[in-house]
Amino acid sequence: MTAYLAKRLLIGLATLVVASMVVFAVLEVVPGDPALIMLGMNAEPEALATLREQMGLNQPLLMRYLDWASGMIVGDFGRSYTYSSPVIELIGERAAVSLPLALLSLVLSTVIALPVGIFAASRRGRPADTISMGVAQVGVAIPNFWFALLLIYLFAVWLRLVPAGGFPGWNAGLWPGVKALILPAIALALPQAAILARVTRSAMLEVLGEDYIRTARAKGMPRRVVLWHHALRNALIPVLTILGLQFAFLLAGTIIIENVFYLPGLGRLVFQAITQRDLIVVEGVVMLLVASVVLVNILVDIGYAIVDPRLRTRQ
Amino acid sequence: MSLLSIENLSLDIAGTPILKDVDLTIEPGEVLGLVGESGSGKSMTALTVMQLLPEAARARGQVTFNGIDILKAPEEAMCRLRGDDLGMVFQEPMTALNPVKTIGEQVAEGIRWHTGASRANAEDRARAMLDRVGLPEAKFPLSRFPHQLSGGQRQRVVIAIACALNPKLLIADEPTTALDVVLQAQILELLRELVVENRMGLLLISHDLAVVADMADRVTILRHGEVMESGPTASVLTEQRHPYTRRLAEASTHVPARPHTPASPNTEPTRLLEVSNIVKDYPGARKGLFSRAKPFRAVDDVSFSLDTGHAVALVGRSGCGKSTLARMILALDTPTAGEIRLAGENLAGKSQRELRHARRDMQVVFQDPYGSFNPRHRVERLVAEPLHLLDEKPSAQNRRERVAEALHLVGLSPADMEKFPHEFSGGQRQRISIARAIITRPKLIVADEPVSALDVSIRAQVLDLFADLNHRLGLTYLFITHDLTVARAITDEVMVMHEGQIMERGPTHAVLDAPRTEAARALVNAAPDLNQSLKKRRHLEAGK
Amino acid sequence: MSIDPTLHENPDEPHFLKTALTDRSFAIGSCITLLIAAMALLSFLWTPYDITVLTVADKLQGLSLAHPFGTDHLGRDILSMIMIGARNSIAVAIVAVGIGMGVGVPLGCWAAARGGLVDEVLMRFNDLVFAFPALLSAIMITAIFGPGAVNAIIAIGIFNVPVFARVARAGALSVWPREFILAARAAGKGKFLISVEHILPNIVALLLVQGTIQFALGILAEAGLSYLGLGAQPPMPSWGRMLFEAQTRMIVAPHLALFPGLAIVVTVLGLNLLGDGLRDLLDPRLRRER
Repeated sequence: MTAYLAKRLLIGLATLVVASMVVFAVLEVVPGDPALIMLGMNAEPEALATLREQMGLNQPLLMRYLDWASGMIVGDFGRSYTYSSPVIELIGERAAVSLPLALLSLVLSTVIALPVGIFAASRRGRPADTISMGVAQVGVAIPNFWFALLLIYLFAVWLRLVPAGGFPGWNAGLWPGVKALILPAIALALPQAAILARVTRSAMLEVLGEDYIRTARAKGMPRRVVLWHHALRNALIPVLTILGLQFAFLLAGTIIIENVFYLPGLGRLVFQAITQRDLIVVEGVVMLLVASVVLVNILVDIGYAIVDPRLRTRQ
Repeated sequence: MSLLSIENLSLDIAGTPILKDVDLTIEPGEVLGLVGESGSGKSMTALTVMQLLPEAARARGQVTFNGIDILKAPEEAMCRLRGDDLGMVFQEPMTALNPVKTIGEQVAEGIRWHTGASRANAEDRARAMLDRVGLPEAKFPLSRFPHQLSGGQRQRVVIAIACALNPKLLIADEPTTALDVVLQAQILELLRELVVENRMGLLLISHDLAVVADMADRVTILRHGEVMESGPTASVLTEQRHPYTRRLAEASTHVPARPHTPASPNTEPTRLLEVSNIVKDYPGARKGLFSRAKPFRAVDDVSFSLDTGHAVALVGRSGCGKSTLARMILALDTPTAGEIRLAGENLAGKSQRELRHARRDMQVVFQDPYGSFNPRHRVERLVAEPLHLLDEKPSAQNRRERVAEALHLVGLSPADMEKFPHEFSGGQRQRISIARAIITRPKLIVADEPVSALDVSIRAQVLDLFADLNHRLGLTYLFITHDLTVARAITDEVMVMHEGQIMERGPTHAVLDAPRTEAARALVNAAPDLNQSLKKRRHLEAGK
Repeated sequence: MSIDPTLHENPDEPHFLKTALTDRSFAIGSCITLLIAAMALLSFLWTPYDITVLTVADKLQGLSLAHPFGTDHLGRDILSMIMIGARNSIAVAIVAVGIGMGVGVPLGCWAAARGGLVDEVLMRFNDLVFAFPALLSAIMITAIFGPGAVNAIIAIGIFNVPVFARVARAGALSVWPREFILAARAAGKGKFLISVEHILPNIVALLLVQGTIQFALGILAEAGLSYLGLGAQPPMPSWGRMLFEAQTRMIVAPHLALFPGLAIVVTVLGLNLLGDGLRDLLDPRLRRER
């Protein structure tokens, strides 16, 4: 178990290091001089030179990479070129929107998908299965930003139950904040729930065909007990895999969804930073997102080990 | 009243008839052997009694167990019966246990469900049961997971689950087919003891007449879903009144006719294969991040030689290293140390290109008639594959001629060239496999359990084919097998392998009739033998 | 979920087409897919209106016989724009899947054939790519190298590579231990030849199924990118961009957002059904589970 986790952890760390090099290298080749962006097009050449010196832009590539990378380890992500405030502060502000949104939609999609998938598997071939999987089939095909537009039209424009977009900030109170996140979370969650429900169902069906299910039935266990006590835990392994992948998907999904709802989250921050060539912000946010994906993958690996004793006790 | 009586049972699955008017009965304390070849409906009979049939199955007739009409019993009633009065053991122990639950949980679960016992109480009983089936807690605590046990041990757990509540009837569906002979003997002994201890009825399903003769009081022979014959084991199998019974019995003990002059007696035998001091180590499993367990020695300093035209069996329990040895001889795996010479040429350490010549002289036949062909190629391409080894590519015309000839030699028609492998039966596929092996006219054929997956009647025909080709083409055989009847039927010499070493070698009959080493004795004693079992059973029946 | 790709199926079975058409998913999915493809092809020859001609007088019309799906803020016919938009979606998705397969499958087969260090390195590389949320990276790539269909294709294609590498490797690994591979090795065939002759034909089914899935995902990703303004640039119409333009006019003309969205849903649905159907047909074991 320790060896297994240690290996996963090491791989995660190595992934982060290589990812940081890739991010740094990609943004290095991007045209555009950060100093020029900060000072504007009409900047004096002398001022420009001084600023470049100050920002350390004249140092060799390796030094700049090491500076940047070692800064991140202690939480110093540099200063934004356009907002002229520390990147870490920007990220902190914006994460207060994105993180609740991503978590809310992850919880929402799991809570919807698992019961539906299990239920459909237990009623294979009957109307309940056909209908729920038909709905899921369509759900998988819906782009989340279009679904978001429909939700806005229905609940904000037509029924006027929730705001169509924007975020009042957590200072305005918990409820207004949550209210602003409900539609975005649903828009993100439902298409993901459709995928997860399908995976859950097929994983359950696969497990229900295994020999040990027959052994359990031969023991006198009724179908219901077999389903929940014998099949579900085995079926969780592929479901966990998909959950891990979905987290990355949700993170990326927030970029579009935050644009649809005008939410001041990380996605919008990175999107604006890219268009404004505020590369230091882009680097910071991308690394943060990559790190959270890596972290979730490690959590998923721990989940595998909890579910599957073969990983836990491998000699 | 019988414990179980089946009358006029017919079964079809999605419209396909599986069973037709099957009758059988079992008394308490009685062992009934249900015998048949694949597709005879043996397993479906068992699943009907358990009511674990596939959803599309429809059963008609009367199945009465302990006074209960099984076919009409509601699911809740069946749940109460299963695992309590009615236990079942399956063929494949490797997959029969839930991988994420401990063996203790899996045994105790049924006890708790049926008796309402507390967890601690149920665990006590599970502990006692596991101890009874030969898994004492000191060595096999309840907290073990299935993957930490071997196949034989897992089958013991399955038996413990089935017998935890002293069932009145135990159904065992080919319980030992996936195990080697030594384990088979142990498991059969365990079942026999449980029957006596609890006056349990046992429905033993098997394709192996020798096993049934050894175990069963009465036997029912099934073919294509119909009962051919049924009665006391000894009389049914010795008198062989039904022609199908006779065919089965003959096929089970079939010995192909072989002229015992591989080469003319005057000439010195020539050495074809020479294996000297060969060793194969596999790296140990990872223990920590940087540490590994000790390497596992699969083959340990083995030396032997084969003379041209001889047929030699390499026998041993599963995991003894015989298949690894075979792969190294075929240059599919590289030895850690040692030398292998084919016709004087050393194979170890040669590149694939340098091996081409040697490969032409040795080919292979595998066990699984389904897995040994690429399902997407036609027979012509499959059989012609080893022609790749020729230095000059044959023309298309020439290629077809060679394939046709090879097919002819194994008793298939040249027209079969155009077909895909799935269009053939298991026995025919094994013939195609042999055709592929002989197309380059090799000197040595290594056959890894070539008939283990076949029904007895087909097995006899394939053994005949091997014998015939040995005679006609002067082939040398190395048979890898765990089945001593195959060794007895077709080989001149036997080598007994145990834990990576060859323990004993000698003429087949000498070794199998009077084994000298412990390993060989264990194998020979465990191997079921139809004639001997029948002799014993006749005594038993006469004594009654 | 492990799929044994080499179950006893055979593509040349005479009844393949017959069984194919009785499979509901396959029949519906292939119909939809063919229809969308036909619509895209037709748009090269004919569309109800010429969308390069702006007739502002006709702007934001509702549904009518003349304009079944209405017109946009520049008076262009929505139906015509959707037809031309299909071209763009399909082209981007096809090329992206092509890149993914073309690079990923050989890599996956190579990793499976070689094992050891090659395998480890390739798989870690895969992990690395998977660690970047695909859409985020696509946004980065297109934003940095400039928006446009070509960069969108490359961005989506890059993230298809590890997907196909993984599927090909998993499939190949399940074929390698089979006895017919040993037989081929005994016949002196090397790893490359075995991969081409024995492995590939037996994982084609898996790859086809994954291909339709990635195709569908590609269409969704392209729509997302063009919604953000990073895909095909105007005047070339694209479904995602049409949705973006519709958003600001949602109160006056909600139908603007309806039809491009439906076009995406129907296309993706068709492809997914096709993929499901293919899997059912090519893997009899899964078909039984339905």
